[in-house]
Amino acid sequence: MKEHKIALAGNPNVGKSTIFNSLTGMHQHTGNWPGKTVENTEGEYIFNNKKYTLIDIPGTYSLMSHSEEEEIARNYICFGNPDVTVVVLDGTCLERNFNLLFQIMEITEKVIICVNLLDEAKKKEIYIDLKKLEKILGMPVIGTIAQKKKTLEELKKAIEKMCQNSKKENNKKIEKTNFKIEYDEIIENGITKIEKIIRKRYKLPEKLYRWISLKFIDGNKEICDSIEKYLKISINDEEIKSKIQEILEDLEKENIKRENIKEKVISEIVKKSERVNKEVTKYKKEDYSQKDRKIDKILTSKKWGIPIMILFLGVIFWITIVGANYPSQLLFTGFSWIQEKILNFLQFINCPEWIINPLIFGIYQTLTWVISVMLPPMAIFFPLFTILEDLGYLPRIAFNLDGFFKKVCCNGKQAITMCMGFGCNSCGVTGCRIIDSPRERLIAILTNNFIPCNGRFPFLITIASIFIAGSFSGIGASIISTISVIGIIILGIILSFFISKILSKTLLKGKPSSFVLELPPYRKPQFIRIIIRSIFDRTLFVLGRAISVAIPAGLVIWIFANIGAGGESILTIVANFLDPFAKLMGLDGYILTAFILGIPANEIVLPIILMSYLAGNTLVDIEDTQTIAKILMDNGWNILTALNVMIFTILHFPCATTLLTIKKETGSIKWTLISFLLPTLCGVVICMVTTAIYNIFV
Amino acid sequence: MQKILKLSELEMFKSGKILNINCKGEIKRRLLDIGLIKDTKIIPVLKSPSGDPRAFSIRGSLIAIRKEDARNIEIEEVKEIKEIRE
Repeated sequence: MKEHKIALAGNPNVGKSTIFNSLTGMHQHTGNWPGKTVENTEGEYIFNNKKYTLIDIPGTYSLMSHSEEEEIARNYICFGNPDVTVVVLDGTCLERNFNLLFQIMEITEKVIICVNLLDEAKKKEIYIDLKKLEKILGMPVIGTIAQKKKTLEELKKAIEKMCQNSKKENNKKIEKTNFKIEYDEIIENGITKIEKIIRKRYKLPEKLYRWISLKFIDGNKEICDSIEKYLKISINDEEIKSKIQEILEDLEKENIKRENIKEKVISEIVKKSERVNKEVTKYKKEDYSQKDRKIDKILTSKKWGIPIMILFLGVIFWITIVGANYPSQLLFTGFSWIQEKILNFLQFINCPEWIINPLIFGIYQTLTWVISVMLPPMAIFFPLFTILEDLGYLPRIAFNLDGFFKKVCCNGKQAITMCMGFGCNSCGVTGCRIIDSPRERLIAILTNNFIPCNGRFPFLITIASIFIAGSFSGIGASIISTISVIGIIILGIILSFFISKILSKTLLKGKPSSFVLELPPYRKPQFIRIIIRSIFDRTLFVLGRAISVAIPAGLVIWIFANIGAGGESILTIVANFLDPFAKLMGLDGYILTAFILGIPANEIVLPIILMSYLAGNTLVDIEDTQTIAKILMDNGWNILTALNVMIFTILHFPCATTLLTIKKETGSIKWTLISFLLPTLCGVVICMVTTAIYNIFV
Repeated sequence: MQKILKLSELEMFKSGKILNINCKGEIKRRLLDIGLIKDTKIIPVLKSPSGDPRAFSIRGSLIAIRKEDARNIEIEEVKEIKEIRE
């Protein structure tokens, strides 16, 4: 079976990933957010008994610069030697998309043009003459609606044909045209001169001669380095170097500086795009995006923009917290039923106690606990959040809040990663990939943990309703506890701004980078796809990491609670050791120990505290708030303890899953360590201050 | 008859034509990538709640640009008979 390599290129947000998913059936997340794919993703499909490997390269607007994505994309198209490069274009804004297409057409002739989102275009009454486009460009053009698999059959056929043709060298149907971008005469002359030298000495695919010559004249270091690395053609080669010098002198005479060449090149491409677009696209309505503008007018308005955003997020959190209770309880019941069965079985085969106890009451119980409390909220939160993402609302959040983030030398996109942090800090950290500037991305990663995730919410609510709303009753109580939870969250948000600012002025100095952000057209979310993707790609992914930590942690917790010396468990010994320090923070040793043992998941902090106070040896699940209240108060909790526990819940080290993710995203132990220390120090200091103030006044 | 302005000074829903992009490296590159070259038509159509950034209609797409960057883009105002309504 022959195998073919097909590269899939395109601007961000043109449905490239949807096409990729439909063709390969591979799970890869697609969002209505510019720039989703950061690395090449591969998938395979079989068509007419031939195997095709599809390579989804990062979505970019251009190939001429040095951002990471563009370099990956460029290197693959230029030097990865794909049999075919499929360029996906957005039918609703062809003109801008041509920019990338024409740049790719300068590199390779094996291009198939896929005009996607034809349904959206039709809705906006934009009509595209695909036949004419094919004639002008001399390349096969296929119209698709990525959600409709049928339209992709044509694409597969075209790919098959081009793969065969490239072997037999007989282009039957589509006539080749000499479509090319032409530059100023003086640049063209330069290209010809260098082309001559390269042609004489190297054997390359036809189009590369001209392309390399142009890039050598332009002299972009990254591109020239790649050319040297992959093709062994060096710009510093004596013959080439002296010729370039000659050409640059000619240019100088015409008052063209080398640094302006890129602008000239892009200008020509953009002008050509404009011309071709005029020939093939007909707009029935002059103002085809008017509906979007009307929606935008409301969603970004001075008065309503931010309240609507808070409302959207508030509704999502509310549904998540309320909705997660029932399935959580169901999972608990299910897992404890299974536990009974396993226990019976193990006892039946006479398994020794010293294996059963840590295995069942340590590992199994912690593991199933983490799954029960983590899975339902995430399985609810992420589909809801992904709907906002698919709609195209997230870039509007960035747009609305950029003004505030600019003040702390950051970027509006950080707001989106913070919103994701409410769902799960680990996902928030991964989401920081959407921030281009490495400096701002790092700040967003380091401060994400200041935002309480789903796992910390219920704990905050329980504590607030016991201690802060305790003296009120009825509706008043729930309002007060809600306000106090919101207050704590706001503290977290303020601190994340404050820390961002401090980092910008110290460890991560620098000016805010540009904020050139596309606000994509609104799209109808694809509900079924959303549910599947957000569960597979986010929920199960995070759960997997959490489970890998919960297993060893479960064993540790069991050992802590059950093994000891002199009649005291390790847990008590550690707690007693930490107690003097914890007292300074207005907590006690058990609470601090619980936070440390709760590192696999924030959800198990309260069960560990209860386990410690009851001197039990397994995690304790108590539904009734009254009972919890009594246990806590019996162990000396007062309003200060409650307040400081809430503060420390927001401000302590990230959970193990998030730490693992930070390590992976930053690739640095140093930054992982800083992400651990930063919130912890804040928490310790603030708790000590509140304790000191409390002790003075009370 | 037409006056030269900075992009940051262009009023909402007024149409402008790019004359010169004086932004530095990275930002200029990004602007070029989205097709912002000399003579491109540009219209501010959205303002974020804090007034900055604004979003501009450029070649059929909507692009947010900060004031600092818009200040470095020279345009001339284009008088159009038909203006895009709110």
